[in-house]
Amino acid sequence: MRPAVIRKSAAEFRVPPNLADEGAVRGSFSWTQARAHFAGLSGGGLNIAHEVADRIAASNRGGHIALRCLRTDGQERALTFRDLRALTNRFANVLAALGVARGQRVFVLAPRIPELYVAVLGALKAGCVVSPLFSAFGPEPVATRIGLGAGRVLVTTAALYRRKVAPMRESLPTLTHVLLADDGGAGADIPGTLELSPLMDAATDDYTPAATTDEDPALLHFTSGTTGTPKGAVHVHGALVAHYFTALHALDLHPDDIFWCTADPGWVTGTSYGIVAPLALGVTSIVDEADFDAERWYRILQDQAVTVWYTAPTAIRMLMKAGPELARRFRFPRLRFIASVGDPLNPEAVWWGQEVLGLPIHDNWWQTETGGIMIANTAAMDIKPGSMGKPLPGVEAAIVERLEGGGVRVVERPDTEGELALRAGWPSMFRAYLNQEERYRRCFADGWYLTGDLARRDADGYFWFVGRADDVIKSAGHLIGPFEVESALMEHPAVAEAGVIGKPDAVVGEVVKAFVSLKRGFEPSEALRLDLLGHARKRLGAAVAPKEIEFAATLPRTRSGKIMRRLLKARELGLPEGDTSTLEGGG
Amino acid sequence: MNRDDIRARMLGVLKGIAPELEEDEVDWDRPWRGQVDLDSMDFLNFVVGLHQALQVDIPEADYGRLKTLNGVVEYLAGRLGA
Repeated sequence: MRPAVIRKSAAEFRVPPNLADEGAVRGSFSWTQARAHFAGLSGGGLNIAHEVADRIAASNRGGHIALRCLRTDGQERALTFRDLRALTNRFANVLAALGVARGQRVFVLAPRIPELYVAVLGALKAGCVVSPLFSAFGPEPVATRIGLGAGRVLVTTAALYRRKVAPMRESLPTLTHVLLADDGGAGADIPGTLELSPLMDAATDDYTPAATTDEDPALLHFTSGTTGTPKGAVHVHGALVAHYFTALHALDLHPDDIFWCTADPGWVTGTSYGIVAPLALGVTSIVDEADFDAERWYRILQDQAVTVWYTAPTAIRMLMKAGPELARRFRFPRLRFIASVGDPLNPEAVWWGQEVLGLPIHDNWWQTETGGIMIANTAAMDIKPGSMGKPLPGVEAAIVERLEGGGVRVVERPDTEGELALRAGWPSMFRAYLNQEERYRRCFADGWYLTGDLARRDADGYFWFVGRADDVIKSAGHLIGPFEVESALMEHPAVAEAGVIGKPDAVVGEVVKAFVSLKRGFEPSEALRLDLLGHARKRLGAAVAPKEIEFAATLPRTRSGKIMRRLLKARELGLPEGDTSTLEGGG
Repeated sequence: MNRDDIRARMLGVLKGIAPELEEDEVDWDRPWRGQVDLDSMDFLNFVVGLHQALQVDIPEADYGRLKTLNGVVEYLAGRLGA
């Protein structure tokens, strides 16, 4: 039988863990001291791009490879830290030449190609606020986010522009510049766009970074709530301090590591740990343009000699499905640390790592709002499979209970379920939901940030995820707002009402399932179901659209008219339907 | 079963997952996962659907041969002895 704890011994560490004596570091760690690690700008400010692209370029590691980009066609392109400094300076000069000012917003919608990384860092260097979008979003999520963020510039490719932006361009009056990166596809010449490559060629390598301060906005990451529009979580340049130290402590990065974060920069993980943190540490990152493919992934781990791998439960479960034989065709002698984030990693997956790859998988927990890893199973720690681990140095976490009147009470008794809360004030904490002040304020009480995740803490201080406190759907580690999906379905002429839930799934956690009732004159049919599915996918993209659509005569509503998603979900799962007294026509 | 039959069955499976697909707008000889909007789960469902429609087992190790739509047809034809 498998034991409940995976114990570590000093003898098995191939390099001394950065966080060897967790208790001692936690006791002495302070964010103020951590900030002093960075020289910052000459005037006292801090600029993420300057710290990650220029500081190391100017050191004796300037020729070290920063990014090794693997293309779908098998080509590779390596950028050193000096290359990255030059290219990001050029991109900042391109923005300046277009008249783009500091503080304006630059959106990036691109596959994982080098230009994406250059654009994100170059725009940060220019003092712009950068919002990377996931390239699997459909036209509506893309337009909603650019609209909410009043995007001035969009960096994308011709193929993505045609499919996802052109249909909505007229609804985006703030968007004055669309820059097309060359993705190897057919030529551009699209009205209302500029080709990026000639602009980059014409720009110079010299640029003085914008004099941003620790508290100036840097990144805008959208996340989904239960109701209303997506929330734009604003992060500041000072977040870098947390990116750096959490990567040091939770991912155990060392200077000569080859690091592969498989997340797309369209999600916060792919920006914080796919771009910023490893570069700040001077570590080489692998960037793979291609989508998940089990054999390709094993080959990358082997051929690129990856030492530290940060991936997600959905990918791990798909590798498990592909079977151990495939894994055994490859060798990973250099791999020494594996971490996972997105949704809770089931104990089987932790053990699968140990048994098939020779290393356990270290789960950790954080959110778009936290900007960086907060709770983790670290390299030196014993792992309790199924647990997210313990709070990192600089992070104070607790289980709290919300009180009437808006306050919270900390629950001290171990193994009690409650809401996971973090003591406010770490550097990568979000500073706002863009233009939604009230919604931001509601996330805090008595000095705690309330995460919306339900969890418990055991007597040893390990935290365990229990579920979401709201109706937000978590699919493949990403939050999907049911309202956004329902709204798109409601635009279809046949749909009277729509209710969207997360249906449990062994691979991706939850899949998006929609219940729809039809307007008078429409009858359920397979053809209509497919039409609705196509309609939703065209607007929302594969990452957000429902995977299942079921017709219902009516949907349960509260007396105030809100669709009871909780009840739809209970019915789907065959669970007791609970208190239905607020239900229309009920009790 | 000839290649036209295989092509039709494959399209049937694909359109059950991505009904918005316009087959004329897809280059059948270029990697299709950039052209047809499928996430990893859609792709797995596609493989499962092919298995059900054609009774062909597609081991994970063969996914690399499914990169273009014509590649899928060729692969299936090979497996079916068509």
